[in-house]
Amino acid sequence: MERDVLTTLNRERAARRAAILVSDFENGISTLYREADTREGALGAALSSAFDSGKSGMVEIDGQKLFFNVHLPSARLVIIGAVHISQALAPMARIAGFDVEIVDPRSAFATPERFPDTVVTAEWPDKVLTERPLDAFTALVAVTHDPKIDDGPIEAALRAGAFYVGALGSRKTHSKRVDRLRASGLSDGEIARIRAPIGLSIGAASPAEIAVAVLAEVIQSLRSRGREQAERAA
Amino acid sequence: MTMTDDLGRGSDPLAIAQRWIGEGRKVALATVVETWGSAPRPVGSHLVIDGEGNFEGSVSGGCVEGAVVTEALDVIEGGAAKMLEFGVADETAWQVGLSCGGRIAVHVEPVA
Repeated sequence: MERDVLTTLNRERAARRAAILVSDFENGISTLYREADTREGALGAALSSAFDSGKSGMVEIDGQKLFFNVHLPSARLVIIGAVHISQALAPMARIAGFDVEIVDPRSAFATPERFPDTVVTAEWPDKVLTERPLDAFTALVAVTHDPKIDDGPIEAALRAGAFYVGALGSRKTHSKRVDRLRASGLSDGEIARIRAPIGLSIGAASPAEIAVAVLAEVIQSLRSRGREQAERAA
Repeated sequence: MTMTDDLGRGSDPLAIAQRWIGEGRKVALATVVETWGSAPRPVGSHLVIDGEGNFEGSVSGGCVEGAVVTEALDVIEGGAAKMLEFGVADETAWQVGLSCGGRIAVHVEPVA
């Protein structure tokens, strides 16, 4: 591999952008493809499929054997609201392999005692999300019930193309939220991406059960990431 | 957290490869390119090796790293990439084989 290719790959990874290194071991040439690059033909189709699945491996294209090393950023889960559901959701999501972060400006809620082993920040989400922006490999879960706290990050997540955006609240609460988001300039297509009521429908009753339903829905979105993007584009 | 886990923790083989090259070391990169049966590290895993036999990362969780490092020193000296295979079907399995019974193909190339 050429040094420049390695440097570019590391830059993409550090910026949390998906990239695939395609190597031809016959001639020793490695080429880097980013998800944003436009691609055509059999190679393009194979790259798109690999970006969706995240799986590395040998691929045969037009009789040529190539190795695809797929580099996807690690999935993040940002939870707005240091509430009871979050106390169950944070450790469960961590076990499932997510980088978890909780943000809640209410300092009585966002304490290390309530959230051991979790990054918890007692600040307004706007400030935190400026420092650590949301991206396509981040899930946002807004569970404070308070529009003052939830609305900003929901809007930011939709604009950043976060792979999952979920918000707690009844259908009535959500329809008011839809009106507010529409007023702030989001399209109906963007707003329709919000999962509300939040979580898969498994009849969850307790906060811990709701956390299971939410985490299952987040994983479902993560693993069908490419499909959802295609549907949005169609 | 804007960086992936390994990049953030400084134990990322690709980040280390870049740093070592920057320090003027000769570097080879080993990559798991195929696995059959149960294999300890997934396809795409890396081991980075320098000209003095220092290494970081893993391609097998410790089973065949020694052999890969030896081959990597050859690659660094000679400049040509190599494809290595390890597994129970292989004669060398008795020396450096995978105790889990799987088979892996590891590509070793110079980074220059």
